[in-house]
Amino acid sequence: MLDNFFMSSTQLENLAEILRNIFRDKLADLQVQHGEITIGVRADDVVAVSKILRDNSQLRFDTLIDLCGIDYLTYGEDLAAKQNLRNMRFAVIYHLLSVELNQRVRMRVLAESDEFPVVDSVTEIWSVANWFEREAFDLYGIVFTGHPDLRRILTDYGFIGNPFRKDFPLTGHVEMRYDAEQKRVIYQPVTIEPREITPLVIREEHYGDCES
Amino acid sequence: MAEIRNYTMNFGPQHPAAHGVLRLVLELDGEVVKRADPHIGLLHRATEKLAENKTYLQSVPYMDRLDYVSMMVNEHAYVMAIEKLLQIEVPIRAQYIRVMFDEITRILNHLLWIGAHALDVGAMTMFLYAFREREDLMDCYEAVSGARMHAAYYRPGGVYRDLPDTMPKYQASRIHSEKQTRIRNANREGSLLDFIEDFTNRFPTYVDEYETLLTDNRIWKQRLVDIGVVSPERAKALGFTGPMLRGSGVEWDLRKKQPYEVYDRLDFDIPVGVNGDCYDRYLVRMEEFRQSNRIIKQCVDWLRQNPGPVITDNHKVAPPSRINMKQNMEEMIHHFKLFTEGFHVPPGEAYVAVEHPKGEFGIYLVSNGANKPYRLKIRAPGFAHLAALDEMSTGHMISDVVAIIGTQDIVFGEIDR
Repeated sequence: MLDNFFMSSTQLENLAEILRNIFRDKLADLQVQHGEITIGVRADDVVAVSKILRDNSQLRFDTLIDLCGIDYLTYGEDLAAKQNLRNMRFAVIYHLLSVELNQRVRMRVLAESDEFPVVDSVTEIWSVANWFEREAFDLYGIVFTGHPDLRRILTDYGFIGNPFRKDFPLTGHVEMRYDAEQKRVIYQPVTIEPREITPLVIREEHYGDCES
Repeated sequence: MAEIRNYTMNFGPQHPAAHGVLRLVLELDGEVVKRADPHIGLLHRATEKLAENKTYLQSVPYMDRLDYVSMMVNEHAYVMAIEKLLQIEVPIRAQYIRVMFDEITRILNHLLWIGAHALDVGAMTMFLYAFREREDLMDCYEAVSGARMHAAYYRPGGVYRDLPDTMPKYQASRIHSEKQTRIRNANREGSLLDFIEDFTNRFPTYVDEYETLLTDNRIWKQRLVDIGVVSPERAKALGFTGPMLRGSGVEWDLRKKQPYEVYDRLDFDIPVGVNGDCYDRYLVRMEEFRQSNRIIKQCVDWLRQNPGPVITDNHKVAPPSRINMKQNMEEMIHHFKLFTEGFHVPPGEAYVAVEHPKGEFGIYLVSNGANKPYRLKIRAPGFAHLAALDEMSTGHMISDVVAIIGTQDIVFGEIDR
């Protein structure tokens, strides 16, 4: 299980080398961890890079397996620096799969602005991105330019806010109930107190090590 | 003459053929679908957000509730993602148990699919037969975890406990006499493995029965052949995985191509369709019944001969035994810390995918070293499949939309998350 990844370390190195050769300075970052390659791409280059990732005969990433947003607000500064996040808050993560060559790669695109995160849409390249981008827009408020139909998808009709942002409370802002007097369902501010059952704990490095 | 216009029709969310809470806005030209716009999210529970506020172990039962007809496979992807970040070894027996229950789950899922799909298309009987077999498999779930559906049986580092030596038995009542009860209990006298083996011996005959009812049935073929055709290229661009992709003729199965656990030691085949229509996807899933049955048989044989631990002995991740916990100070501290604070996962990110009965089910886990995940993304196969409903149903009749929803094997627990 430990190093039993479907791509061997030589395969990973080969793929990393191919990616470096093809993209050169377009590659903002390339990391290998747990048998997975993560590449960083600038927001302006997404469409161009994606097209090459799909069409190049050595890459052939024909399926976009997953696309999701992420909010690095409380990630931790050291970790963010280690992953070259450049103090950006929002990123879009693409998981690509090549059915033809049996390889995977992860692409991280940092949205340049924290107030109004914008990334180009890849729906032209992988049709499946349509709903995934709507989801990231709905939950994180990341806007995808060039998306044919950018609407909310998972939240309620008329929902306000982006619920998966780290500064959005778990309880939300409004609750819904049936009002007997007005004889209809109404929205009102939440009445429950936010509570934390198990506190969040991050240990310093080498906590509890026996050998010192 | 009056102007002819397309009109829109609302389908669901309370509709028996909508498989849960699908709301579909259909734009129709007569009876022909021009555009299908699925409105999802009516079952959205923000599982990913909830998981960010719970310890790793507390989120295991949430995974059961994603795709609530293939519970254990969801857990499998989640625990494998944690194990990948923790870099812990899982005992081989636990891997076999997981694979066996993955395949039991696959049969459970496909049984529900064939029942519901046939019911939508108009064959009532299949539903009854499918639920008869599901009952036996649910009993396996219950024997091993105590719950018929939401098992929470897979844990980071292994499985919760070893397979039981006895099966729960029926008791005589006013409805069932002593004699009847003895007959019903006949295959429950031995261990769980005996019960599963008995099931695998019976099951191929059942699949033959289903095929007798459907495969060459005139109505069944009229409703499925050439409906919802997807070419291999489109299937890949639309993010199809699992039987949906294999139905289009792409030989792709994570159990073969990117083997996890002990799938590389087992002998099974991958069925592939030719035309990419609903009927081929039906045939693919029917063959998967038989292949899953084969895998279960091999696992039963192996598990009989090889006793051993079923969960890692790393007590930073898995609890110590109850006896040790009560006699040993250190073990007690482990137990206490594990169930109050939970274990910490080293910083990093991992994506783990399993071959779910519906396709590729993936967990993308980001950790910043805390006792709770920083970000958990669930990649649900049904989400990508339902997104393609518009493309698949355009140009077909309304009645075909029902067949296409059936063939996609839609479950809203995983799509809405």
